[in-house]
This record gives sequence, C-alpha cells and structure tokens, in this order.
Amino acid sequence: MPVVPASSSPHVPDTEEQPQRRLYRSADGRMLGGVARGLAGHLGLPVVWVRLAFLGMFMFGEGLGVLLYAAFWVFVPLGVGGKPTGRSLFETLPDGRRRLRTPDKGQIVALAVLAVGVVLFITKVQVGGESGRYLWPTLLVGAGVVLVWRQADNARRAHWTAAAGRNARLLQAGRALAGVALVGVGLTVFIVVRGSAAQLGNLLTATLAVLVGIALLAGPWLIRMTQDLSEERLMRIRAQERAEVAAHVHDSVLHTLTLIQRNAEDAGEVRRLARAQERELRNWLYKPEGTGKDEAEEPDTLAEAVKKTAAEVEDHHGVPIEVVVVGDCPLDDRLGAQLQAAREAMVNAAKYGGEGGPVQVYAEVEGRTVFVSVRDRGPGFDIDAVPGDRMGVRESIIGRMQRNGGTARLRSAAGGGTEVELEMERAASAQ
Amino acid sequence: MTEENDRSRHVRVVLVDDHRMFRTGVQAEIGETERTGVEVVGEAADVDQAVTVITATRPEVVLLDVHLPGGGGVEVLRRCAPLMAAAENPVRFLALSVSDAAEDVIGVIRGGARGYVTKTITGADLVDSVFRVQEGDAVFSPRLAGFVLDAFASTDAPPVDEDMDRLTQREREVLRLIARGYAYKEIAKQLFISVKTVESHVSAVLRKLQLSNRHELTRWATARRLV
Repeated sequence: MPVVPASSSPHVPDTEEQPQRRLYRSADGRMLGGVARGLAGHLGLPVVWVRLAFLGMFMFGEGLGVLLYAAFWVFVPLGVGGKPTGRSLFETLPDGRRRLRTPDKGQIVALAVLAVGVVLFITKVQVGGESGRYLWPTLLVGAGVVLVWRQADNARRAHWTAAAGRNARLLQAGRALAGVALVGVGLTVFIVVRGSAAQLGNLLTATLAVLVGIALLAGPWLIRMTQDLSEERLMRIRAQERAEVAAHVHDSVLHTLTLIQRNAEDAGEVRRLARAQERELRNWLYKPEGTGKDEAEEPDTLAEAVKKTAAEVEDHHGVPIEVVVVGDCPLDDRLGAQLQAAREAMVNAAKYGGEGGPVQVYAEVEGRTVFVSVRDRGPGFDIDAVPGDRMGVRESIIGRMQRNGGTARLRSAAGGGTEVELEMERAASAQ
Repeated sequence: MTEENDRSRHVRVVLVDDHRMFRTGVQAEIGETERTGVEVVGEAADVDQAVTVITATRPEVVLLDVHLPGGGGVEVLRRCAPLMAAAENPVRFLALSVSDAAEDVIGVIRGGARGYVTKTITGADLVDSVFRVQEGDAVFSPRLAGFVLDAFASTDAPPVDEDMDRLTQREREVLRLIARGYAYKEIAKQLFISVKTVESHVSAVLRKLQLSNRHELTRWATARRLV
C-alpha cells in the first residue's frame, strides 16, 4: 500500500499535472467516498478493477474490504484528482443541476457485480438466522455513518468551490440529521435485539450517562477548537483587508508623498497635492461603499455636484474648501445655474479670501428651496466700490441667479470676510 | 457669566490619542499653561490606559480621539459614564478626530461627548473649545452641525407627542450658522443675541441629540447604513 499523506494539504487539486502524484480521494464521479476512484487514478488502473477488488475483499475477506475502505476514507484527504474518466453516475449540467448519466457498459457491469455481491453476502450470513438479527442494525448504522461522512466531504468540498446556497445548506443539514438518526436507530435496535426489551430503560440511562460523560470530557476541547477556527478565519479576513489598505496606500498616498518631496520648493503645489490626497483618502476610508468610487462620473444629485465643484476649485487654487451639505435632491437646469454661480463664488473666495483660512461652503435643500452659501475670511470688499467694468460678481453670480429666477446676496465686511448667499427654487417638474 | 474666556483659571486636560506625534503636537500647541490656561495632566494611547489615567487624574476635560485601539472613543465614554455623571467636578469629553464621518460623530455625541472638533482646528480655537466644554457648553464643528440638521430635517412630518425631539426655529438657525462656518460670537452678532444664548441653544441641541431623538436618529442612521 502506498504511504498515505494524511497531513498533506487538499488544496493542491490538480494531481494530473504534477510529476509526483499524491493520493487523494476523488471528489468527482465517486460512488461512496471516492476511495476507489482516487486509488485508480493514483495507480493508473480502471476504476472498475479497484471497485471489484474492494468488493471481493468485502465478501470473502470477512469484512476486510470494508475496514480497508473505511481506513482510506478517514486518512486520505479529499481532492479533485483521481482519474477523470468521466464515468460518473451523475453528470453536471451547465446550469449546475445534476442528473443521472446514461450508464455505460462498465458501470452496468459494476452495478451488477455489486448486486450479486450483496445477495451473496446476505445469503452468507443467513438473514433469518441468529446472526441475521444483527445484520439489519449493522446495515442501518453503516448507512448512517456513510451518510454523515459523505456529508463531511461535501462540506469540505463546498469550502473550495464556494457554491453552497441556502437550499443546499438545508439539504446538507437534513442529510447529516438523517445519518445521525439512522445510526441512532441502528444502535437502539442492536441493543434491543441483544438484551431483552425490559432492560431497554437501564440501557438507555447508561447510554445517556456515557454520552454526557463524553460531552463533558470532549466539550471544552471541541469548543476551543471551533473558537480557534473562527479566530483563524477572522485573522485571515483582517489580513486581507490590511492587504487592500496597504495596496491603496501604496498606490495613491506614497505616490503623492513622492510628488510632494519632488515639489518641496513650491508651497502651493505641495498644498494642492496634499489636499487632493487627503480628500481622496477620506473618500476611500469613510464613504459607504458605492459612492465616491468613480470620480469621472458626472454627478446627478446636488450634494455630489457641490462636493465635486468644491473639490475642483480646491485643486485648482490650492485653498482648502470645507463643504457641508444638508439634504439632497436631483439636479435640474436651475440648480445647474446656481451651481455655476456657486463655483464662481468659490473661485473668488479662494483667490481673494483664501489667506484667512479655509473657504466654507454650505448647501441646504429645504422643501423646494435650495440654499448655498460660500464664505471666506479674507479682507472683504465693497461691491459698490468695485468698478463697473468688473463683471465677475455682477454677471457670473448675481446676474446668473436672477436670470434663472433665483436671488443672490452679498455680504462683506472689512476684516470679516465675504459671504455669498444663493437661493433658488427648484424647477416645478423636478419632484 | 464673567468666567467666559477667563484665562486666569486653569483647565486640567487629559489627552487621549494613539499617535504620539499628535499628542506631542497638541501638547506643544495648547499645553503652555501660562499662555493658554490649559494644563495637560495626563496622556493615554489606548482605551484601558485612558480609563486608568482619567480615573486617576480626574481632569476637567478629556480630549478624546475617536479611533483608538481597544474599542475606540465610544468605549472610553461608556466606561467613564459614572465620572461624567458625577455631581461635582464632572469629567467632560471633547472629541477630537481626524475623521468627520457621520457615524463617528454621531457615535461619540450619543456616547456623551460634549463636543466634536476635527484635527484641522487651530490651536486657539481648540483652547477656546476646551474652555467652552469645561463650562458645560457644547462645541460643534460646522460639519457636525450639518449632520444634526440633516438628522432633524427628516422629522418634518411632525410626530405629535415627540415635540421635545424637534429643534426650535432658533436652534435651527443657530445650527445653520455654525454649519456655514460662523463662530459663536459672530452668530450672536448676527442674531442679536448674547453668546451665552447661542451656547445654550447649542447645548439644547446636544441634549436633544443625546436623549430624545433616538428613534429618529436610528432611522436616519439606518437609512444611511451607519448602524
């Protein structure tokens, strides 16, 4: 027999490609545990031969075949190896369902031999006789054990294929439960057949006591193991997240830091880079997923549009702009005009009032009214003192608002900064 | 009150932040007791340390970072709840964070912090905020005021018996001006009220935010997938 690599990892699925093949139980096209198929793949024999050999040992070797098979099942890890002859009892349809494959010759032969073997076995132990009384419970227990063990395999397999829906999970639980029930019934029948029915109560109590004892002994260990497992999984998830953060930081932040070092003499450029990076990182860290990911996309709500406009002005002029938005609504033509006016106000604030600290932008949607205020803490100015040919404020801000049915107010005080208030009714059609 | 901005008094402050550089920076910025009136009596870098230091030194104000190893600022607030509720010399918390994400802000305010300022704040403003918090008033950053307005805006369909939860017109106005970047003094000038009145409006907002509007806030936060 080949040495069984019990500790080897099952995560090397493709045994065919590797020069040194390892023994795996086959997860594909297996009838019970995939032992025969795996072994056949390993030895390079047809599966039917191996199966027949097991069957022979089962019938004439006083159960040696069963023992051997069970040993293989326990110790050989499950893999997607074996011999891909495609002789599965089932075939998987493209949509994931499985259906019974039309049997080919070898399979029919194998099934026939299996049937003969079972008949032989049953006649050998004489169903009606003394030993026959133990046969049915044994079969029951056997069937239950097989069911549960296959279940465990399936669970492990689902772990790699990650294709376990809710229904599948329910089915799994059902199967496991059925297996346990079968084993339980088998054991009970065993006991009842063996002792007289009168002793059943005593026996049950004793069994219960033993079970409780086992639970007490093994329980803590089991719990600790599951805890360790979930902890390990948590660590893995954390590590993944950390890797993602590291990748992002590496891509954008380190890049920006390099640029800053290179532009160290140019204070404005450094500030601009730092602000842009800060905003991007902030977006990435604090925004709920799904927003702020696609910068290129044109925003279609007011809040996004205000933030984007502010970001653009900030980038362009290197003056920090703090944005507070309360409420939100879809953009329409009037709000578009208001936004243009707001941008103009932000540019002015950044150009002339940026020395006094960050420019503050506040936008609020209240009912049908949208209010935007842009405020700086610069030196302030007197609109009446501005020469008539300077059209920036009059046309781009006040005029634009009025043409679209809104109002603009300018408040400015020497030393107190300038504030532009823009108010606009939303278009009637926009709901 | 004449105590306002009275720098002859000392405020004892504990700094809680897991970045040593930042603690050093704040210490240098505000910790010159002669000039600013703020005395840094302790520092801590994580939740356990913070609780120990705060319990031992009983400062008047704790500058609390929101993101801390060991459960974050919210955990510190939870474990210091008895100190905050103490009848005499209650410990007051001012959240000081680089994050101005809604979940962080609302989290610590509901945890009992008396104010929230971001780390971009200037040293003078920070000192001012510390004094304000020490006197029992609330300090809101413009961003925070925006969040609060947003939260209460959804209550416009009036729940009849929850009148307590709703902001008065005046409180709304005050918050709006804070959100627009006005300082308390400027708000007072604009609304023709005293600074003290502004502060009491803000404190009222804070109280409503903490105590009464759980239901709405939860709904609001859930809608934004914050909780």
